[in-house]
Amino acid sequence: MISLFDGFLLRAAFAGIGVAIAAAPLGCFVIWRRMAYFGDATAHASILGVALALGFQTPIFAGVLIISLLMATAVSNLSDRGFAMDTLLGVLAHSSLAFGLVAVSFLQGVRIDLMAYLFGDILAVSRGDLAVIWGGAALVLVLLWSRWSALLTATLSPDLAYAAGLNPKREQLILTIALALVVAVAIKVVGVLLISAMLLIPAAAARPFATTPERMAVTAASIGTFSALAGLQASFVLDTPTGPTIVCFAAVVFALASLGDQLRQVKHSKPN
Amino acid sequence: MSLVSLQNLSVRHGGNTVLSNVSFSITSGEIVTVVGPNGSGKSTLLRSVIGAQTPSQGQVIRQGGLRIGYVPQKLHIDPTLPMTVRRFLSLPDRVSNQHAKDALAQAGAGQLAQRQMSGLSGGQFQRVLLARALLCNPHLLILDEATQGLDQPGSAAFYHQIETVRQSLGCAVLMVSHELHVVMAASDRVICLNGHICCEGEPEHVASAPEYRALFGSGTQGALALYRHEHNHSHDHSCGHDHAIDTDVTLPPNEKVTPK
Repeated sequence: MISLFDGFLLRAAFAGIGVAIAAAPLGCFVIWRRMAYFGDATAHASILGVALALGFQTPIFAGVLIISLLMATAVSNLSDRGFAMDTLLGVLAHSSLAFGLVAVSFLQGVRIDLMAYLFGDILAVSRGDLAVIWGGAALVLVLLWSRWSALLTATLSPDLAYAAGLNPKREQLILTIALALVVAVAIKVVGVLLISAMLLIPAAAARPFATTPERMAVTAASIGTFSALAGLQASFVLDTPTGPTIVCFAAVVFALASLGDQLRQVKHSKPN
Repeated sequence: MSLVSLQNLSVRHGGNTVLSNVSFSITSGEIVTVVGPNGSGKSTLLRSVIGAQTPSQGQVIRQGGLRIGYVPQKLHIDPTLPMTVRRFLSLPDRVSNQHAKDALAQAGAGQLAQRQMSGLSGGQFQRVLLARALLCNPHLLILDEATQGLDQPGSAAFYHQIETVRQSLGCAVLMVSHELHVVMAASDRVICLNGHICCEGEPEHVASAPEYRALFGSGTQGALALYRHEHNHSHDHSCGHDHAIDTDVTLPPNEKVTPK
C-alpha cells in the first residue's frame, strides 16, 4: 500500500514541477507583452479540444493541442489587424469555453468528469501523462531557450528586432506555439480555468525580486515549483482540490512579494 | 556602391498614402538628414529602410550583410520587464563586458551599466539606445528624432557624439530631426520630405530651395534663416536689423554679405 501511495503522489509532484517550469518563462513573456487575456482565450478554447478528442476518439493531448494552436493563431492574427483586443479576447475566451461545454454535452456514451478538465486532476496523472507533460515542457523550454534573445528583442520593440534582421512575427508565432503546448500539457494538472493562473501568478510574483529578464524567469520557475509542491501537500492534508490549492499558494506568494516590494519602496522614499 | 537604396517607394496606411514614389540612396560615411513637417512620412521612411514597413510599391535594396544600428524615436519598456542597461546592450547578440563598456563610453553613458532601464532620465535613455546601436559596429546608423525630449545643450552634445562616432566608426548616418539649425550644420545631405521628396541636396542648396522655404521658411519665422545668416559671416556690430525677414539668407553660402 505504501509504495502505491508514494507512486501517485510522486507522479503528481513531478507533473506539477514540469508544468511550473515550462509555464514560468512563458508566463514572463505573457506579462511583458500584456497577453494575459491571450492565455485565457487559448486555455478556455481547449475544452472544445477535449470534446472533439473524445468525440473522435483521439488522444486528449492531441485534440487540445490542435484547438489551442488554432485559437492562439487566430487571436494573434486578429491582434495584428488592430481590433479592440480586450473586447475581442473576452468574447473569444468565454464563447469558446461555452461552445466547448455544449459540445461535451453532445457526447453520447462517454462519461467524462467535466470537473477534471476544468480544474485538473493531478492525482490521477499516469506514467503516460507524465511522459507527455515532461516531453511538452522540455519542448517549450528548448523553443524559448533557443530563441530567447530574439524573443526578448521583439518583445522590447518590433522595430529594434527588424533593424537587427529579425522577424518579430516569427517570434510571435514561436510564443503562440509554446502557449498552445503549455495549455495542452497543463490541462491535466490545473485544468482549463486555472492554466492562466499558473502562467501569470508565479511570473508576477517574481517581478519584485528580479533585475534581469532571466532572473525573473528563474525566480518564477522556483515560485511555481514551490506552489506546486506546497499545494499538493496541503491538498492532501486538508482534502481540498489540488489544482486550486496550488494556485492559492502561488497567489499567497504573489501577495507577500508585492507587499514586501511596497514596504521597501516606502522605506526608500522616506529618508530616516 | 550604396548601402541602401529606395526605388520608387510608396507606402500606404489604410486608405492614406504616406509616401509616394520616394527614391534615394545612402552611401558609406555620409550623414543624411530627413526633415519635414509632422505627418510627412519621416518615420515611415526610416522604418521602410530597416524593413519594418512593407512598401505597397517599389523596393528597398540593402547591401548584402548590411548591419544597421537603429535608435528609435522612443522606446517604451514595460515596467513589468526588468532590464538593466548592461543586459539591454546584449540584445539581440551577446557582447562582452569590455565591448559594452566601450560602447557606453562612446555614447557618453559610462557608469550606467548596472542601472535599470526604467530608472533612466530621457537623455540617459537616448544615450543607452545609441550605445546599443553602436555595438553591432554598424555600417549605417539610423536615428529617428533621437534628441526628442532633450534640452538644447543635451541635444547639441548628442549630435556632437554622433559626429564623433561617425568619424571613429566610419558609418553612414541617416536621421530624422526637427532641429533645423543642427541639421544644417551637421549633415552632408538633406532630404526635405512631405509625402514625397520635395527637394534634396547639400544643406545650403536645400535651404535656398523654394520648396523648402515653402515648408519651413514662414513656419519657423525665419529661425533657420537667422542661423544661416550668422554662420555665413561674422557680425562685428550689434545686430540692429531683423534677421527673421532678412533677405540675405537665401544667398549662396559663400557670398559676402555686407553688414547694413
